Amino acid sequence: MANKAYQRIYTQLEAITKATVTLKASGVSNDELAVVDGRLAQVVKTKGDHITLQVFSGTEGIPTDAEVTFLGVPPSLKVGDQLAGRFFNAYGEPIDGGPAIDGEERQIGGPSVNPYKRRQPSEIIPTGIAGIDLNNTLVSGQKIPFFADADQPYNNVMAQVALRADVDKIILGGMGLSNDDYLYFKHEFESAGALDKIISFVNTTEQPPVERLLIPDMALTAAEYFAVEKNEKVLVLLTDMTLYADALSIVSNRMDQIPSKDSMPGSLYSDLAKIYEKAVQLPDGGSITIIAVTTLNDGDITHAVPDNTGYITEGQLYLRTDPDSGKVIIDPFRSLSRLKQLVQGKKTRDDHSQVMNASVRLYSDAQNAKTKLENGFDLSDYDLRCLDYAKAYATRLLAIDVNLKIDEMLDTAWELFGEFFTKAETGIKQQFIDKYWVGK
Amino acid sequence: MKSTGKVTGIVSNLVTVLVDGPVSQNEICHIECEGTNLMAEVIKVNGKQAAVQVFESTRGLKNGDKVTFEDKMLEVTLGPGLLSSCYDGLQNDLTTMTGVFLKRGEYTDPLNHEKLWDFTPLAKAGDKVVAADWLGEVKEGWLPHKIMVPFSFKGEYTVKSVAPAGQYNIDAVVAVLTGADGEDVNVTMTQKWPVKVAIKGYREKPRPSRIMETGVRVIDTLNPIAEGGTGFIPGPFGCGKTVLQHAIAKQGDAEVIVMAACGERANEVVEIFTEFPELIDPHTGRKLMERTTIICNTSNMPVAAREASVYTAMTICEYYRAMGLKVLLLADSTSRWAQALREMSNRLEELPGADAFPVDLSAIISNFYARAGMVVLNNGQTGSVTFIGTVSPAGGNLKEPVTESTKKAARCFYALEQNRADKKRYPAVNPIDSYSKYLEYPEICEYLSETVAPGWVEKVEKTKNIIRKGRDAQEQINILGDDGVPMTYHEIFWKSELIDFVILQQDAFDAIDSVTPMDRQKYMLELVLGICDKDFTFEDFEQCRIFFKEMINLLKQMNYSEFKGENFNKYQEQLKTLIDNGK
Repeated sequence: MANKAYQRIYTQLEAITKATVTLKASGVSNDELAVVDGRLAQVVKTKGDHITLQVFSGTEGIPTDAEVTFLGVPPSLKVGDQLAGRFFNAYGEPIDGGPAIDGEERQIGGPSVNPYKRRQPSEIIPTGIAGIDLNNTLVSGQKIPFFADADQPYNNVMAQVALRADVDKIILGGMGLSNDDYLYFKHEFESAGALDKIISFVNTTEQPPVERLLIPDMALTAAEYFAVEKNEKVLVLLTDMTLYADALSIVSNRMDQIPSKDSMPGSLYSDLAKIYEKAVQLPDGGSITIIAVTTLNDGDITHAVPDNTGYITEGQLYLRTDPDSGKVIIDPFRSLSRLKQLVQGKKTRDDHSQVMNASVRLYSDAQNAKTKLENGFDLSDYDLRCLDYAKAYATRLLAIDVNLKIDEMLDTAWELFGEFFTKAETGIKQQFIDKYWVGK
Repeated sequence: MKSTGKVTGIVSNLVTVLVDGPVSQNEICHIECEGTNLMAEVIKVNGKQAAVQVFESTRGLKNGDKVTFEDKMLEVTLGPGLLSSCYDGLQNDLTTMTGVFLKRGEYTDPLNHEKLWDFTPLAKAGDKVVAADWLGEVKEGWLPHKIMVPFSFKGEYTVKSVAPAGQYNIDAVVAVLTGADGEDVNVTMTQKWPVKVAIKGYREKPRPSRIMETGVRVIDTLNPIAEGGTGFIPGPFGCGKTVLQHAIAKQGDAEVIVMAACGERANEVVEIFTEFPELIDPHTGRKLMERTTIICNTSNMPVAAREASVYTAMTICEYYRAMGLKVLLLADSTSRWAQALREMSNRLEELPGADAFPVDLSAIISNFYARAGMVVLNNGQTGSVTFIGTVSPAGGNLKEPVTESTKKAARCFYALEQNRADKKRYPAVNPIDSYSKYLEYPEICEYLSETVAPGWVEKVEKTKNIIRKGRDAQEQINILGDDGVPMTYHEIFWKSELIDFVILQQDAFDAIDSVTPMDRQKYMLELVLGICDKDFTFEDFEQCRIFFKEMINLLKQMNYSEFKGENFNKYQEQLKTLIDNGK
């Protein structure tokens, strides 16, 4: 991003905040990039000839006589097949010591796909985890976040899902990753021998927060290249979107915008939707699937970030530790994949959706039994059977370290039904009982 | 002469323009940006400065860029061909756009100008007509699409001539009218109308007096919505708002359905594109898409156009209502529309109301809901627009401005409950908190007594009472324990569970269970109430539980079977045996 000779240089800043600078300039276009004192910045507001720039790396030490030049173009990324296997920073510059990418330059944050030209997602992305495949089946072109507390192993689960998923490219967008987590991802990808299909854009906690705002658009611009041009199945991992939203609120705060709920900008919904809606099943076979992480404050999903996210994404996955088995499971009650019915029973066995519903309902009966137990009441025979079932269900199916094919999951579920319940207690349609019931 | 102007300030999609002439509120203008024209709407004027919201991305826009004002408000084009179409919030036809990605500044024509329609005249020379009177008719699919005197015509006109029956395109002159001033005006099959103004042109707007069937038991049986009524569905995410709305769209007893996907997920719209051309309308046996228009402004499309989309949808509904048709408008979700208002209000630096929403939010919402309703047309026929909107309350908390404002405006309230959704009890409509004000209308009660069953509303109230009592009993059982309460508590609780499982819960993905016609709803409700009227004797609560679970299982199998078919009767026989033995 070197200065070009003919460009005009401004040297008089009128105002400086922690994230923005304002100066007088003319002929500036909205969204274009500028360099302020050697740091990259973007036009976010113009009022008459007063231009406000958001400085990605923060404004520490910027003097009022800093040199400002405008680049005339919005942020962009050079795309090409050489992206595969590489690590980049938020500006799309290599951080793995490799050479710069020589490819076509694309503006990031480009237009959205015409909804009419989209195709209905219909391909299952198997992960081997029953909490996903059986209960909340993932479909290509879907967008779904993990809602997780900071202490939960969400990055590990996400890495596991990514490496097991059958996709052509995996693109990691790391926002505010701790250096340890960044190295963890790098190590997992390398040791799985999958590096050639992985591209990473990383902003760690060591780097300025506002830079994070570029990460999702960078990752998705790369994803669009492979999905649109190469018709590939691309999986994009975004972690952690809460830190992305925090960066948004910093900028809007510095621009004196009136905050809405939880001091987030009023446009939070649209800002997040613009990212998540890049998930798409394209007509020519390519697809972009997004799995994100939204960290919660002590499980609070009413906070503006998880709340808005939930309305945008096609479901959400919750992690929790099952107290009976001590295993980390994907919570069967609150987790949801909205697209599951597009594949369940169509791309999977016909009994899938009924088995899933029955197994979750019985697990919920076990929770009621547990409440009774805690309140000191006697348990009925049914309650006791439910409790035994719940433990077996968590251990043999839900635990994320169990790796099964979907048919095996269904068979296991039928085994559990036969072991603990009568046919009527499962409430499953008679035709499936006749076909799949095992045991008495 | 059109006014022109120059861009003087940009914050995201709010642009200020220095205007050289007169400019009106809500006037449309075009901004020239990098060789394309971006459409925008005036939302505030201050001296020579007009604040406009741009319906597109403003990337690359510069101060000094040229603006042309159009001297008209945001309009839609009305005419044959609206049905089965798929538009964005500004009525651009999404199906005729080129390229996979939306291009900025690409505007497409909403109607096909080449297509020929079979025209039949309805008026004749010498007739006196006013705005919205019918001049002729074309067949749009199977629907009689009326060609009307344009809504904008003021006063009385005399028909000078009407084209003879034949094939015409939408631009052909099909009638010539003479005004009071003696001037002749040509009428074609299309007209334009500003979306933010309600279409009048009817004699009166009476109270609704009929029910609109949806095939969803928890609505039709417990809290029915009237034809021409209004309702809303609030609920946290993941509770099945969209599934419920789609079910209503598929099964609702309406002749025209307009779905406004307002700031929601694109994949949900794709679901409609994919399924509706295949699915059959249960009322006419035709393809669902033939009666459906989709207005699609998904969450990643420009915010300002999102606000316009609900108005575009409502205007199309009012147009079909003026033809004497039953129209249903579904908007998902009105919260996104309110958020669009908030974003603009925020950028305008207006003083915020609650949760940073604009202070007039409540008024805007009531105004919009008021556009629905049943009307008596000038020729005595009736038409209706029934409106059901979803609301996505922040944090699932119903004490937020959009839900509260909507509650004041809508007559039916379908509260989706997290707890029910968690237990997979779908549709997760809370049977007690939800209400339909229409059940209080004497004319509706009378209608239900005549068409469904005498004393139907009492039966509905009785059902709700059993559920209420069941909830109380359950609380007692939870506090005192299974053994700590009398046996009757268990029986009361299980009777409410029976209603819950058999009447309230419905499998939206099962071909048979998903649609329950009113006669079947009546049959099942009476069957279940009959069981609830019986007194059973049980030795212990375990026996009670097993007995009711078996009953529920049989009744659910009945729900899954063809009405009064072989399996249905078989299960009913089994149920009878079970009850006889249990007594």
